[in-house]
Amino acid sequence: MKIAFSSSGDDVHSPLDPRFGRAPKFLVYDLETDRYEVVDNRRSLDAAQGAGIQSAETVARSGAGSVVTGHCGPNAFRALSGAGIKVYHTDAPTVAAALDLYRSGKLLEARSEDVRGHWA
Amino acid sequence: MILAVASGKGGTGKTTVAVNLARVVGSPILLVDCDVEEPNAHLFLEGEFGEEEVVGIPIPEVDKSLCDGCGECGRFCEYRAIVSFGEAPLVFPELCHGCGGCALVCPKRAIREVERRIGVVRTMRAGPVTLIQGVLDVGSPMAPPLIRAVKTSLRNGEPAILDAPPGTSCPVVAAVRDADSVLLVAEPTPFGLHDLALAVEMMRETGVPLGVVINRCGIGDDRVHAFCAREGIPVLLEIPDDRRIAEAYSRGRLIVDALPEYRRLFEVLAEKTLRSVREGVGE
Repeated sequence: MKIAFSSSGDDVHSPLDPRFGRAPKFLVYDLETDRYEVVDNRRSLDAAQGAGIQSAETVARSGAGSVVTGHCGPNAFRALSGAGIKVYHTDAPTVAAALDLYRSGKLLEARSEDVRGHWA
Repeated sequence: MILAVASGKGGTGKTTVAVNLARVVGSPILLVDCDVEEPNAHLFLEGEFGEEEVVGIPIPEVDKSLCDGCGECGRFCEYRAIVSFGEAPLVFPELCHGCGGCALVCPKRAIREVERRIGVVRTMRAGPVTLIQGVLDVGSPMAPPLIRAVKTSLRNGEPAILDAPPGTSCPVVAAVRDADSVLLVAEPTPFGLHDLALAVEMMRETGVPLGVVINRCGIGDDRVHAFCAREGIPVLLEIPDDRRIAEAYSRGRLIVDALPEYRRLFEVLAEKTLRSVREGVGE
């Protein structure tokens, strides 16, 4: 089972980026092997629109079944749901802290977006 | 003859110039309000809106019974308005620009286009001035298709003045494209100069002849004048910084009606910019 964390940096001690759609990177952590890879999300960061949807595509391609991030807008949430990816929100400061929370079962699966879209 | 009135910075006097210019022409003229996110030229005209036309863009609708989830549509879409995760695609209507590409690339012909409303086009007659106005629906971010719809009124070859949106982005390009000349309105301030320079840079890409109107002359400094001289752009009108102009504006009155001493300024501008209109009248 792989989990994608929105990350500002390249390792688990990096700050968890509070933005899903505009996160510069995703740290995709494999719970079975305790290894991770970093997926660049620069294209979404620079996109004029549709960043959340494009980020959802990036996460789907990475093989992750869950996303742990700060906030997720309506289009991103719809796209992630469409891809069968679960969403967990947290204000944990780092990827490692968010991973601990996830592992200890303290994160609840989100049922909807938690912020409004930019066009709302 | 199509003259567009544009500016880099908002609130510098585009509409003021456009409506006063339209007023002094005296012969039939179209005034086309392309600032569809906040149209305001009608505030300065006396008349009632007549016909109203609903404008939409084509967005994809997917027949799930035909779709095999190949994802070609999503790979084609530049705007992430349609995306597939191995099943029938999701459509995000507010991101769609209506290009129709997804329907064209779909190998199963599972996508057909349906209309999505984005706004209306309205017409008002005020003496010789016919105002065509686009109004974008609240919550619809897609201005360029509505601007193009507003501009279909230009096809009959009548002389026209276009009131463009501010800035240098897609809606502005949609508005000024195919104009015969463009007036850029600027204030003689550091902000005014900065945004004028951006607008000039954008306009030069289009190759349309440029002139500048300096509004509120007397505030700020002479750097806008110096910029225009250096760039070889004619300053076609200088409107003084006169409190009475602002007072008339705040009451929805035209400068040329409220302050007749300024009428000549706009007549000279009309002669310089809409010469072909005058010639048309003379024939």
